Amino acid sequence: MRYERPETITDATALLENAPDRAFVLAGGTDLLVRMQNDDFEAELVVDIKSIAGMTEISETQDAFVVGAGVPCAALSENAALVAAWPGVVEAANLIGSTQIQGRCTMAGNLCNASPAADSVPALVAAGAQVRIAGPSGLRTAAVEDVPQSPGKTSLKKGEFIEAIELAKPGPRSGDAYLRFIPRTEMDIAVVGVGVRLVLDDAGVVTSARIALGAVGPKVLLVKEAADAVIGTGLDDAALDALATACSDAATPIDDKRGTVEFRKEVAGVLARRAARIAYTRAGGSQ
Amino acid sequence: MTAIAVSTTINGDDVEYLCQPDETLLDVLRNRLGLMGTKEGCGTGDCGACSTIMDGRVVCSCLVLGAEAQGRSIETIEGMAQGAELHPLQRKFIEHAALQCGICTPGFLIAAKALLEEKPDPTEEEIRFWLAGNLCRCTGYDKIVRAVQDAAREMRGEAA
Ligand SMILES: Cc1cc2nc3c(=O)[nH]c(=O)nc-3n(C[C@H](O)[C@H](O)[C@H](O)COP(=O)(O)OP(=O)(O)OC[C@H]3O[C@@H](n4cnc5c(N)ncnc54)[C@H](O)[C@@H]3O)c2cc1C
Ligand code: FES
Ligand code: FES
Repeated sequence: MRYERPETITDATALLENAPDRAFVLAGGTDLLVRMQNDDFEAELVVDIKSIAGMTEISETQDAFVVGAGVPCAALSENAALVAAWPGVVEAANLIGSTQIQGRCTMAGNLCNASPAADSVPALVAAGAQVRIAGPSGLRTAAVEDVPQSPGKTSLKKGEFIEAIELAKPGPRSGDAYLRFIPRTEMDIAVVGVGVRLVLDDAGVVTSARIALGAVGPKVLLVKEAADAVIGTGLDDAALDALATACSDAATPIDDKRGTVEFRKEVAGVLARRAARIAYTRAGGSQ
Repeated sequence: MTAIAVSTTINGDDVEYLCQPDETLLDVLRNRLGLMGTKEGCGTGDCGACSTIMDGRVVCSCLVLGAEAQGRSIETIEGMAQGAELHPLQRKFIEHAALQCGICTPGFLIAAKALLEEKPDPTEEEIRFWLAGNLCRCTGYDKIVRAVQDAAREMRGEAA
């Protein structure tokens, strides 16, 4: 195995483009190093992106927060402006692993590892986050939901890597939330995860909604029917019932010892309802 | 594989070593630098026995490459006592019998030290959540939590 620590984006994309097939970006390493311990996993090249300028910083433009791909999740909760703008995204990212894992794990790594149960991903999708993808032919952006394809597979092409995640600065009366169900209270993998983002008008009517489910399909699901169920309502009981039904219907989970299909579908609805209530309150609505 | 030359700071001292590209920081500390206080429990990020502090954040050294330590500042259990004088956390772990076999202890001490530096007066719940990534198979967690609370009190200058 070769280890490289490029200092520019161009050097990093060149290394990845000319690399053998078994080439990996290294961010926090909390997935990659676990895989490397496995005897039948072999990496020929590891490209550590954390020495590239800006990669471990959270910066702000006029209308967005730009979270570098090397920013450890622990640093997200230390940024008061980001927490105020996107509490659900920060909470989701802070659920990943333990204190030790938080000191290293990144949201971009969580996304690119392409586990259907990745905690930050439904929250990012609900938030409408975009990724900046650096590649041999320059920069492109994509919606977060377009990155994971199936367990372990992303839409990134050879030579490409995620440089940063962009979260638009929310306008007034907007709120987000993420909830997951795990059999333990800490250090476990989501059986169901739900991200919700709502925008309200002055009367408390939902004008825009995005609801995303994790761990109940081969990749994160953006559930339009669930959004349609609450748009135009004041999130009354009927709207919440319709939202829960839409989420349960959309879920296509696996059956295993941690939860049956029936249980996971039910929990998707229950969590969506609870997360929507939190997002609604955060957006300044009162029920 | 060609070895990589790394210069880093460990417990305040400049250190240089050669390591293989796929070697973990845990293996470098133990096998190349003779710093055997950092333990290996699982090797996969689950148990916290290998906890070290890198640039102020607690990390699992089994999930860090030795090569990544270049230019960073690393703190291990060996840097915790000042000469013969134990850190209050170390003393309180002994007083409260917060250890049996001791394999998990350096990891708990390092993680608890980072907690108290960030939050001198944590609640019991905050202590338990912060230490959720440190597993102990002998002692049970109560004595460990009591030791951390007692050390925190002493470090804040309050009487026990
Ligand atoms: C003990 C433990 C507990 C965990 N608990 C959780 C949990 O509760 N919830 C959860 O969702 N996950 C959990 N994880 C998994 C892991 O911590 C997360 O997925 C984490 O966010 C991965 O980020 P990383 O920066 O460490 O990724 P890395 O390991 O550095 O990379 C992961 C993958 O993504 C690729 N990659 C990384 N960055 C980029 C980039 N910028 N562009 C392109 N490709 C990239 C890598 O090549 C690799 O294939 C846990 C892991 C451990 C060891
Ligand atoms: S040995 Fe590193 S976490 Fe267990
Ligand atoms: S004292 Fe033996 S594992 Fe904790």
